[in-house]
Amino acid sequence: MSTKLEYSDKVVDHFTNPRNVGEIKNASGVGTVGNAKCGDIMRVYLDIDDKGFIKDVKFKTFGCGAAIATSSMATELVKGKHIDEALALTNKSVMEALDGLPQVKVHCSLLAEEAIHAALWDYAQKSHVTIDGLKKPKSDIHEDDHDHDHGEEEE
Amino acid sequence: MPKTIYLDNAATTAVRPEVLDAMMPFLTEWYGNPSSVHEFGALCNVACDKARAQVAKVIGADPKDVYFTSGGTESDNWALKSAVLAKKEKGKHIITTKIEHHAVMETCEFLERQGCEVTYLDVDADGLIDLGALKDAIRPDTIMISVMYANNEIGTVQPIREIGEIARSRGILFHTDAVQAFGHIPIDVDKDNIDLMSASGHKIHGPKGVGFLYMRKGVKLPPFMHGGHHERGRRAGTLNVPGIVGIGKAAEVAEREMPDNIKRVSGLRDMLIEGLLREVPYSKLNGHPTKRLPGNVNISFRYVEGESLLMLVDEKGVSASTGSACASGSLDPSHVLLAIGLPHEIAHGSLRFSLSEENTKEEMEYTVKVVKEVVERLRSMSPLYEDMLNGVA
Ligand SMILES: [Zn+2]
Repeated sequence: MSTKLEYSDKVVDHFTNPRNVGEIKNASGVGTVGNAKCGDIMRVYLDIDDKGFIKDVKFKTFGCGAAIATSSMATELVKGKHIDEALALTNKSVMEALDGLPQVKVHCSLLAEEAIHAALWDYAQKSHVTIDGLKKPKSDIHEDDHDHDHGEEEE
Repeated sequence: MPKTIYLDNAATTAVRPEVLDAMMPFLTEWYGNPSSVHEFGALCNVACDKARAQVAKVIGADPKDVYFTSGGTESDNWALKSAVLAKKEKGKHIITTKIEHHAVMETCEFLERQGCEVTYLDVDADGLIDLGALKDAIRPDTIMISVMYANNEIGTVQPIREIGEIARSRGILFHTDAVQAFGHIPIDVDKDNIDLMSASGHKIHGPKGVGFLYMRKGVKLPPFMHGGHHERGRRAGTLNVPGIVGIGKAAEVAEREMPDNIKRVSGLRDMLIEGLLREVPYSKLNGHPTKRLPGNVNISFRYVEGESLLMLVDEKGVSASTGSACASGSLDPSHVLLAIGLPHEIAHGSLRFSLSEENTKEEMEYTVKVVKEVVERLRSMSPLYEDMLNGVA
């Protein structure tokens, strides 16, 4: 059980006042990861200009406090950045920016990294560009795939 | 509105002032050991016997059949593990349910690893076991049936009397975890055919760290705690005198106020259920609509997740609990919600509000208002809700 007391002030702030919530109509790329079975699902919308910069980003998340806070922080971290930088974003850097997460919540932070990758993949498919180092997203809400990495053993 | 509306009484309750008053002298002046011969000891011994009688009266038991323990978990462990030891000549098969508290469930899983066989009965969508299925599960080597009196998460009250009858007619020990029921709804160990019953003090406005196991005369289970000759040689360990005095007083008050409290609390419960189902679309009551604890409200709110819901209502001063996985640190939502057939995504979005007689109508109204706002807010940022609105899912 993670209580609010185990969350850092930054996590509580991003959870109670999440940044960049919403949708982008005609987004350059949309990615949804997670699975209702595990309890957390995130959808990311990217608006990318022709130089490959992320002009705008929005998200929607079904999930716990940690999932919502990491969604919010991850979108803040990629906003205005080049897609190469966005691709390099890891759950670790998101967690660091949030001053850490309780150990049992580490798996929730993987969601944001994966959702951004999924949205970049969608963008690459739609606009016929290749992004070096980008792999097909591991899981998708509609695949009912329960095997994705929850990072249980990670530290 | 008060700063905090406490709706988590199934987790624990506030100690009543009169219970604390009864306990205090045993923490200060009368600190004797009931086993001692001198007056200090004798005084404490008398106090513990009084508490034993107070507790026994609530369940229609002989005070001699009440054994004080450290709480519900110890009582459950004692009943199950000692039954296996006592009945090893007869067999090693136990029948229980899929919705037991962890204290019974994990003990059964432990016993399976020790070579016991356990049948976990299914429950229906309301959380009730099927008596036919129970009868079918009985084997010649069945030594115990353990079915909880009332469920801690969804509040469903089992047909205990009928289950006890079946157990008795087949010569099988019947244990019930009555931690949520004791002091809240009428229990009669004779009419209910109960051989063993676990209960706890802190769910009835008594202190934590004290409970008891009712063990019917003639059901001679070996001790779980070995040591001195306390509790007639059945449960070793210096008696927790202040705790025992506390559970005794709490039981006395609970019994006295039970008829009023059942009426009052179930009225508040139904008001909260109706309010939430009316004001929040895509919500559903979990547990039996009428065969349920007076104070239990458990509702699933589709398209939102329980932990974030819980934390945001907490921000507005409402303390509840959730069966969501992400609140427990495991990946699975509550085994009880899965057992009544809820899909994972709906089980994740459930909240339990457990009321006490100290709650008010105004608090129920405020809770409905807060939950409605928070659910709307979370749905506005839920991809599942978006898909539903767009007809995708
Ligand atoms: Zn989570």
